[in-house]
Amino acid sequence: MNKETLGFETIQLGHGSGGLMTRDLLDKIIFKTFSNTYLDQKHDGSIVSFNGEIAISTDSFVVSPIFFKGGNIGELAVNGTVNDVAMCGAIPKYLSLAFIVEEGLKIDEFIEIVNSIKNAADKSGVQIITGDTKVVERGKGDKIFINTTGFGEVNPKANIAAEHIKTGDKIILNGFVAQHGMAIMSEREGLEFESTIESDTTNLNFLVNDLINEFGDKIHLFRDPTRGGVASVLSEISQDINKGIVIYEDNIPLEKQVAAACEILGLDPLYVANEGVFLVIVDDSISENVLNFMKKDKKGKNSAYIGEITNEHSGKVVMQSSIGGKRIVSPLIGEQLPRIC
Amino acid sequence: MKYLTEYRNLEATKSYLELIHKAATKPWKIMEICGGQTHGLVRNGILDLLPENVQMIHGPGCPVCVTPLNLIDKAIELLENGVIVCSFGDMIRVPGSKKSLLEAKSNGGDLRILYSPIEAVKIARNNPDKEVVFFAVGFETTAPANALSVLHAQKEGLKNYSILVSHVLVPPAMEAILDDKFCNINAFLGAGHVCAIMGYKEYYPLAKKYKIPIVITGFEPLDLVQGIYMAVMQLEKGVYEVENQYSRVVKEEGNLAALKVINKVFEVGSREWRGIGEIPNSGYVLTKEFKEFDAETKFGISHIKVPENPNCIAGDILKGIKKPHQCNQFGKACTPSNPLGAPMVSSEGACAAYYHFSSNLIKD
Repeated sequence: MNKETLGFETIQLGHGSGGLMTRDLLDKIIFKTFSNTYLDQKHDGSIVSFNGEIAISTDSFVVSPIFFKGGNIGELAVNGTVNDVAMCGAIPKYLSLAFIVEEGLKIDEFIEIVNSIKNAADKSGVQIITGDTKVVERGKGDKIFINTTGFGEVNPKANIAAEHIKTGDKIILNGFVAQHGMAIMSEREGLEFESTIESDTTNLNFLVNDLINEFGDKIHLFRDPTRGGVASVLSEISQDINKGIVIYEDNIPLEKQVAAACEILGLDPLYVANEGVFLVIVDDSISENVLNFMKKDKKGKNSAYIGEITNEHSGKVVMQSSIGGKRIVSPLIGEQLPRIC
Repeated sequence: MKYLTEYRNLEATKSYLELIHKAATKPWKIMEICGGQTHGLVRNGILDLLPENVQMIHGPGCPVCVTPLNLIDKAIELLENGVIVCSFGDMIRVPGSKKSLLEAKSNGGDLRILYSPIEAVKIARNNPDKEVVFFAVGFETTAPANALSVLHAQKEGLKNYSILVSHVLVPPAMEAILDDKFCNINAFLGAGHVCAIMGYKEYYPLAKKYKIPIVITGFEPLDLVQGIYMAVMQLEKGVYEVENQYSRVVKEEGNLAALKVINKVFEVGSREWRGIGEIPNSGYVLTKEFKEFDAETKFGISHIKVPENPNCIAGDILKGIKKPHQCNQFGKACTPSNPLGAPMVSSEGACAAYYHFSSNLIKD
């Protein structure tokens, strides 16, 4: 499938008209790529059944540039939503997929994105069961925006809620921080710098589900620190539970090249966006076992214990610096870099 | 990260802190000039690790903080008249008299956030039918790159590039602080990166005239505690010399290539400092040869003048007379998401550093 076999080189307004051109685009690209029992019905929506509770999460993806080292907007749109569903303690099953395409997007780029979506969906075990394609005039969008909504079955062993967090709980992070944000930043106009930093975008649902199966309700919370980074997510949690959080600067997993890039641009890696990272807050009694369990998984091999819940400084995150000082870690104000995902 | 991790070493930092505790017998007030140093002190929690009688006073060396309000209004005026305005990221959230550059952008202005003014020249080259202005704020540190952008534009014959200059110099600011009748500072940590460009010969007469120790200091935890230790030692011995803690970066004569570029494009002139007022011979202005690159002249916006917010005590903060938390507005009417003045905006501003990191807030 390419521009020669399709007979058109770019996405045109007509591809979003709902008429023959739309049908052509859907048949030749979308239905062909994502074919499954639900989508093959070619109906307005799909009817699916679930066992037990359902977790639902939606997210829109506007990242710029749409292709970056380590991934593209399509992969991000699947992994981002799959991970959000997984963080609820659920097994992601189905995704909706909606495109807003700017007129003139090269069809080869669109196909590459669609293939990435298919690939990422297969890897995380989800099916695309409904979708939409709209086209806006040139200049009214920025190449392509994607919205996905994910549906997952809640693992009956999961009991994930901030209210279960108690003093002494440990916080474990599954890997290097700030990779995604710095990968995007290295390719932005006006900020270009040479690096081999790749986005960490990946699906986390299998590791998360394995953790629930192994440790059950002793796992109190999962969160993926995307925009705003680890700092903002921890600040939110500490305010929500009205308890303090202590983290240790030396324990935060940070890859050398990313650390150097952050130094050069004057950015704090704790505020930089991640896509393949999650925090898990667990009962103290299982923390060591959780850490060892995670380290055995490909997506957790760089896991580290980064901090704990404390009765002091309620609602605030305090970091112990490498040299033994203390400082408050406040949430991100405004934006560090727009359109990171 | 070579030359960084070594200077974040726990044991070495601790040993200097112990030395400071032993050496300091009297109460000393030491001003770190540079906002980067303030940020380093607060971010690493060093202020709490110093003995009680060694107090750090936070100086005016945050370029965003001392850029006068009317310059921001001028940049906004340009933005609202179709000019592509390029700026360092820190500047864009600083409130002008009515709005910030970021708000002006959301109203349709073409604002570009850059890390280097050379990028702005590229934008001018790629947009020949548009005017492009770089908001050239900063101390001596950013002057070479800003000057170089002008030289590049001149070489390429670009007629659509100019800079909105707000360059200020450290030594005149130090002198203004020392001349203030409320000044109670015993020693300075000199701004390492400024001296990397300028060298430190110009500090000899200051140290002599005001009998004040000046220690040129870096930004990592170990640099800071070593610089403080060197200042305390001078104070305890009753000497007042210019010393260089940051010798891995700073040479006495400075960076000669950078100085050459600065001196070609800029000359010393009078500058207004936010919160402090007009200081003669305290900044850079474009030389006659490069006047055509002066955005103020080019667009006729020199007349824009606006008063400061009366509730903001930025002037006292920048002169070290008051600490951020001693301001009635601190953390209440004035926060990083709703700043009254510039020191609450920039990550190098004393108010923002206190707001984000200070242990004063940990205890709340």
